[in-house]
Amino acid sequence: MTPLLYASSGVAVFAIALYRIFTAGDVLRKIIAANLLGGGVFLILVAIARRPAAGIDPVPHALVLTGIVVSVSATACALALARRLEGTTLDDGDDGDDGSDDTEVAGRGP
Amino acid sequence: MTGAIGWAILIPLGGALLAAAAGERASRWIAALAAAATTCAAIGVAASVARHGPSRHPAGGWLAPLGIELRADGLAATMLLTIAAVAGLVAAHALADRSRAAACARSCPLWLFTWAALDALVVSGDIFNLYVTLELATLAAVGLVADGEGPDAPRAALRYLLFALPGSLLYLLGVALIYGEHGALDPATLGAHVGASAPDTAAMALMTAGLCLKAALFPLHAWPVLAYTRASPVAGALLAGLVGKAAFLVLVRLWLEVYPATFTSAAGPVLGTLAAGAILWGSLHALWQPRLRAVIAYSSVAHTGYLFMWFALGTRDALAGALFVVMSHAAASASMFLATGAIARALGHDRVEGLTGLAHRLPIPFFALALAGTSAMAMPPSSGFVGKWLLVRAAFETGHRLWAAVMLIGGLLAAAYVFRLLRRAFLPRPAGEPIAITRSSGGHAALALALVAIALGLAPGLALDLLRGGSAP
Repeated sequence: MTPLLYASSGVAVFAIALYRIFTAGDVLRKIIAANLLGGGVFLILVAIARRPAAGIDPVPHALVLTGIVVSVSATACALALARRLEGTTLDDGDDGDDGSDDTEVAGRGP
Repeated sequence: MTGAIGWAILIPLGGALLAAAAGERASRWIAALAAAATTCAAIGVAASVARHGPSRHPAGGWLAPLGIELRADGLAATMLLTIAAVAGLVAAHALADRSRAAACARSCPLWLFTWAALDALVVSGDIFNLYVTLELATLAAVGLVADGEGPDAPRAALRYLLFALPGSLLYLLGVALIYGEHGALDPATLGAHVGASAPDTAAMALMTAGLCLKAALFPLHAWPVLAYTRASPVAGALLAGLVGKAAFLVLVRLWLEVYPATFTSAAGPVLGTLAAGAILWGSLHALWQPRLRAVIAYSSVAHTGYLFMWFALGTRDALAGALFVVMSHAAASASMFLATGAIARALGHDRVEGLTGLAHRLPIPFFALALAGTSAMAMPPSSGFVGKWLLVRAAFETGHRLWAAVMLIGGLLAAAYVFRLLRRAFLPRPAGEPIAITRSSGGHAALALALVAIALGLAPGLALDLLRGGSAP
């Protein structure tokens, strides 16, 4: 019963995040929603890994690990862009931007 | 040439890492070498498929249930060559532009990453690995968009990423459900087991929906258009020409090898309807775009429709047609983006009303635009004609008259939007209006790409034979 509970909570998390990624106005909320989308899928994969007959299947765990790497890279990429978009000036001037066009761009999300 | 398939991925990947670490001058040399070597590897794979038929290479010696299998078949070989031709010529364009050496050094790791990801995608024989490669291609593409001109580029890149992510995660959810049901990821095993049960149908629907979002099929087509118009010409050429086709190629693999007939016969008409919407909507919008780049972006929306038409038709000939459209549009749209870049650089803008009388002043870019345009409007003997002719014939043969009519109307609309640009360029310049042209160079790579699009149509047998090389066991 427990795997089914985990899997259905994974589906629920995925559905909520999918709704938010399209409806949230704020960039940061969208990025968090994108993370939750991945989290929902990983929850389902981990639930799937339990096989009643053969114990634990390692393949879904490997998939989750790979998925986490992809998800972290995508999040890093999105955060870097969001930072440039919002023109946050808290930086120590080391993020490689030329600084000319990233200070005046105001805006809350695409 | 068993190693060539691995080199087609490893060379651009290694080149990208080296180029990112190296200095400005060195990185351009590394990029040039990597581009040449990757092209050789792609030719090696294609030669091996043409001579010995399809082959499979377990990566690292691990076999199918656990390991990742790389496959060289007709589809993979043809797409490797297409990617090499388009990415190679776009790379040549970027590297030849001495006045933008710094920008080129900054972006060359990104286009090498894109190249590696796409090569890996077309040879992957594992539905999870397809997710990883799709995501790699997206991330590299986001970098290319962010590297574009103007303050709007980061916004366009973020929007691109935030639409592409749900697409690939919907696909991944489908993969998870499929694995939960069948405990396998390789298409051969799945093809024998996936059926019409509720979890299987849900998984296939999720994967298909995710890939349609990722391919920007109508009505979810607006997000890449913004990126195509904000990105640099080099990025636009790679995105519209190659990255935009990746999700379609994944769906083709699934459709042929994994999905059972019960699912494809139900989903085909749905995709056909969306494809028809894409052809009409994209072509109509291309008619009145004020900027040259936006015309080409909407033309890409319409061409995605032609590709997806195959799912409604389903025959082998239609598939050859759709893949021919992939090759033809990859070369033609890349050519148009580079030509537009050359025009925009000479004029300082790419507004369509501002093009009056410029065909004589910028002959090479406009010649490239016209040649690539004949392929977009499917005029014989261009490659666009071969692809769309195969599709329209298949539509008549299978009794889909409506879809045939939509594709023919799409061709007429394409003629209208291409001639709108060319008419403007060949009109006499109003007297007394000075032409401010800063430089009339560039556009040679655009012309070469347009010639590729035409040449494919002159000898379609070569590409079609290579494509069929994959269907033999």
